Amino acid sequence: MSTPKLTIKDLHVAIEEKEILKGVDLEINGGEIHAIMGPNGTGKSTLASALMGHPKYEVTKGSVILDGEDVLEMEVDERARAGLFLAMQYPSEIPGVTNSDFLRSAVNAKRGEGNEISIMKFIKQLDKKMAKLGMDESFAERYLNEGFSGGEKKRNEILQMMMLEPRIAILDEIDSGLDIDALKVVAESVNSMKSPEMGVLIITHYQRLLNYIQPDFVHVIMNGRIVKSGGPELAEKLEAEGYDWVKEELGIEDETVESKA
Amino acid sequence: MSVDTEQLFDRQTVTQLSQSQQEPEWMLEFRLKALEAASRLRLPKLEKTNITRWNFTSFPAYQPEEAVKSAKDLPEHLQSLLSGEADDNLIVQKNSSPVVQQIDPALKEKGVIFTDLATAVREHPELVKKYFMTKALQPDEHKLAALHAALWSGGAFLYVPRNVEVEAPFQTLFWASGEKAGLLPHLLVMAEDNSSLNVVANYIADENTHAVFNGALEVFVGANARVRVAALHTLNDTTVDVSYRRAEVDKDGHMEWIIGELNEGRTVSDNTTHLRGQGGIALVKSITVGAGEQRGNITSRVHHWGTHTESDIMARGVMKDKAQNILNGITKIEKGASKANGVQAEKVLMLSREARGDANPILLIDENDVKAGHAASVGKIDPIQMYYLMSRGLSRAEAERLIIFGFVGPVLDTIPIESLRERLYGEIERKLKP
Repeated sequence: MSTPKLTIKDLHVAIEEKEILKGVDLEINGGEIHAIMGPNGTGKSTLASALMGHPKYEVTKGSVILDGEDVLEMEVDERARAGLFLAMQYPSEIPGVTNSDFLRSAVNAKRGEGNEISIMKFIKQLDKKMAKLGMDESFAERYLNEGFSGGEKKRNEILQMMMLEPRIAILDEIDSGLDIDALKVVAESVNSMKSPEMGVLIITHYQRLLNYIQPDFVHVIMNGRIVKSGGPELAEKLEAEGYDWVKEELGIEDETVESKA
Repeated sequence: MSVDTEQLFDRQTVTQLSQSQQEPEWMLEFRLKALEAASRLRLPKLEKTNITRWNFTSFPAYQPEEAVKSAKDLPEHLQSLLSGEADDNLIVQKNSSPVVQQIDPALKEKGVIFTDLATAVREHPELVKKYFMTKALQPDEHKLAALHAALWSGGAFLYVPRNVEVEAPFQTLFWASGEKAGLLPHLLVMAEDNSSLNVVANYIADENTHAVFNGALEVFVGANARVRVAALHTLNDTTVDVSYRRAEVDKDGHMEWIIGELNEGRTVSDNTTHLRGQGGIALVKSITVGAGEQRGNITSRVHHWGTHTESDIMARGVMKDKAQNILNGITKIEKGASKANGVQAEKVLMLSREARGDANPILLIDENDVKAGHAASVGKIDPIQMYYLMSRGLSRAEAERLIIFGFVGPVLDTIPIESLRERLYGEIERKLKP
């Protein structure tokens, strides 16, 4: 299979008719890890949600192409089956549906009818990946995210990513609510998946996560646009000096476009 | 519409019905008295469902059918409802007549009686006289109960003596067939002290049959006895279905109801348990799926009379198309029932804009030293939940299916008989199909 390639061009996104993203350009290739950083309320998570097709976000302009296919034409499930994955900041709780039933349905949805995974093989894979993430076996039979702590939900998101092996993985604030040990476990799991078969987009408020997952490219988002891009050294400078110098350099007074979550 | 019952069913019809079942005089008198009451009594008044224009009275009063040799001679779609073991305890009633009856001889030896009710009236009059529509369901409660008392036919009678425990379910199948049919089966269950038993009752109609069901189920749970009754209604959209189910539970008795209301047509379902003795327990698990233009009113009720009694009502309703179902939950703790604990939860999930569902939880408490709790909700499928599931590649239909089964799961998963659970699962799936 060819190396994945996601191309975002001039993407404008509105929520309830308020424009949040005002022209984002970004290209992610297999094997690359990109980090999008920025203060709260600048549109980082909007980018993630719009790419996945969240019903509240409306793309008003621009294009998103994955491996030559128009993502914006696709339904949410088609995007997922095309290889897009979003580890969500606030995953839904689904009562009555066990984690393992859900995961098996998801794996089979990707594999397609007639090519379903055998139960034994599925359980083996699931056990292995849960062990790697330090998740207790009981998580398989618990209802999807119901009553999970913040950290457990994040691990569960990464577990889904590992099971589904996406072509482009977006991690939306995966570090929030994680203690340092959990953060290391999650980072190790992401690092272990690094390959030319997968491109990664990490959205984070803090540089902390990037100590454990080394990005190839770092982008700063303000006012709904990528205003600065660089290598890993950019993240370090942001960690040391904050965002004020970027604002000064670019003459930005108020970097936000939305009310802070 | 006021229905003049006398015009539809006269004394002569009732007398013929009684004679054809070779009933003793006392049963005929009981029927005639009920017939008189039916003409005078009103329909029951149901919360938020108007049933005054429903057909409860236009049906052939008596349609005898020939017995078949064994369950193997039944049509295949009926056999698939039964567990199909050779020693099944089974009664099949087609229209007015029992057409299959079988019981494990080993149980007979232990004193278990399982027969159609008409036979029991002749052979066990003392038990029938004592329990049949005297303590639990009364003929003069309302017009529908009176009609049932006057016109019941076939039915089943189950008696399990003291200390006898029967694992295999007693199965009954009430089957409406032909162009028009009326089925008024009465299922009378007596579990003596320390006994245990399971009953599975199926209610079905042929595809094009216009039927009226007016069924009753009375259960008497002796001290420390355990009874589980599952009633599965899968009637078509041209059938009206009325079910009055009652249980009387003695000291430390255990009553579990599993109710699957999966009709396509109009449904009145009333399920009431009285916890008379100290320490009795009632569990009520009810699932309904409404489709098309179905109308239903489903009531689950528990009365606590004894001290330390416990009850749990779990009702789930899924409504699609233009279906309207009302789920009522009533927990009544009577004065003197100290240390009682009654909880209930009714939840409705709406799949379409035109569907309507109501959950009415009612707690009535006349005693201070008790625990009680209720929860109710009516909601739609959360679009954010759908987004989440679909973002993992599940199609819209598959995501919806997972959410729906997740919704009924807490009730479905606690059904202890696997074959029953699977059948319910299949029936729900069938009803959810577009």
